[in-house]
Amino acid sequence: MTRIVVVTSGKGGVGKTTTSAAFGTGLALRGYRTVVIDFDVGLRNLDLVMGCERRVVYDLINVINKEGNLNQALIKDKRVENLFILPASQTRNKEALTLSGLEEVMESLRERFDYIICDSPAGIEHGAMMAMHFADEALIVTNPEVSSVRDSDRIIGMLASKTQRAERGDTPVKEHLLLTRYVPSRVTSGDMLSAEDVQEILAIPLIGVIPESPDVLRASNSGIPITLDESSHAGQAYHDVVARFLGEDRPLRFLNTHKKGFLSRFFGG
Amino acid sequence: MAGFMDYFRFSRRNNSAAVAKERLQIIVAHERGVRHGPDYLPMLQQELLAVVRKYVQVSDEHIKVTMDKDGEYEVLELNISLPESARNAQDGEP
Repeated sequence: MTRIVVVTSGKGGVGKTTTSAAFGTGLALRGYRTVVIDFDVGLRNLDLVMGCERRVVYDLINVINKEGNLNQALIKDKRVENLFILPASQTRNKEALTLSGLEEVMESLRERFDYIICDSPAGIEHGAMMAMHFADEALIVTNPEVSSVRDSDRIIGMLASKTQRAERGDTPVKEHLLLTRYVPSRVTSGDMLSAEDVQEILAIPLIGVIPESPDVLRASNSGIPITLDESSHAGQAYHDVVARFLGEDRPLRFLNTHKKGFLSRFFGG
Repeated sequence: MAGFMDYFRFSRRNNSAAVAKERLQIIVAHERGVRHGPDYLPMLQQELLAVVRKYVQVSDEHIKVTMDKDGEYEVLELNISLPESARNAQDGEP
């Protein structure tokens, strides 16, 4: 049974595309047939973050308009088996993304994939609504910062009222809170909202906390999803998110400030 | 003792996360109230405010319109807090 997962946030720049790439790659590494769809029509970027920007020929809008078929538009990842990318159009306007056209594409994708990851554009306009429409589950990417938390709450409200599940009265979209760009030392010093604070305000289950890390920028610079960087804490935290998503029990990691003991400080350890 | 109290005052000033949390809890609760209410609620609030303003100058934050469910009944609650000056003017009248 295919699951459709939307990666959304309301606010821009919080890490939706990074998360879509990392999460999709993590699922594919575990053997699930996974496709990541870029819904940001006109501002395509998933291809760049996943390192396949030079292989884009056809896109989602082409498939909807039947100017190309799904096989032509799907880009197979060269590093990870079972991982595919469906890019957004860079030239069309957003209205080309129609609900009926999208439904048809989703139905074809359901036959071929275990997980369909929808990378939502920022905002609450058409593209974001399309990205969440068919979702079974949602990763709500949030930074520990006031505007991001407020926007996430807005998006949570829309998931509960504007999706297909809401319209049909089915069981609601399953929501997961994903905190990104977390700096434990600033939480300790009282300058940053803690994971507990954000979770308490938004009142949805926490699926993971990704620490702020220079590795994330390095990964996107090179077009490599962060989950392929085994040494990075952020990459490991994303692997934990995938594990929890699949029902495994994993304790939260990388939440503690590295307090240097007296001796290690003394000896420079 | 003074130094001890200063420490607390200092740490509170530094705890901007606590301020953020409090502000978020208030605004999010308010916005959820609007979200779950009927569509006409914001408009109703604006029009009521306009009527009240014919008589008393009140600002936007001094009027609250909320819709609550109380068992089988829906309760429309209208809360207007009059500014201090308006109340004084009224008291002053013979």
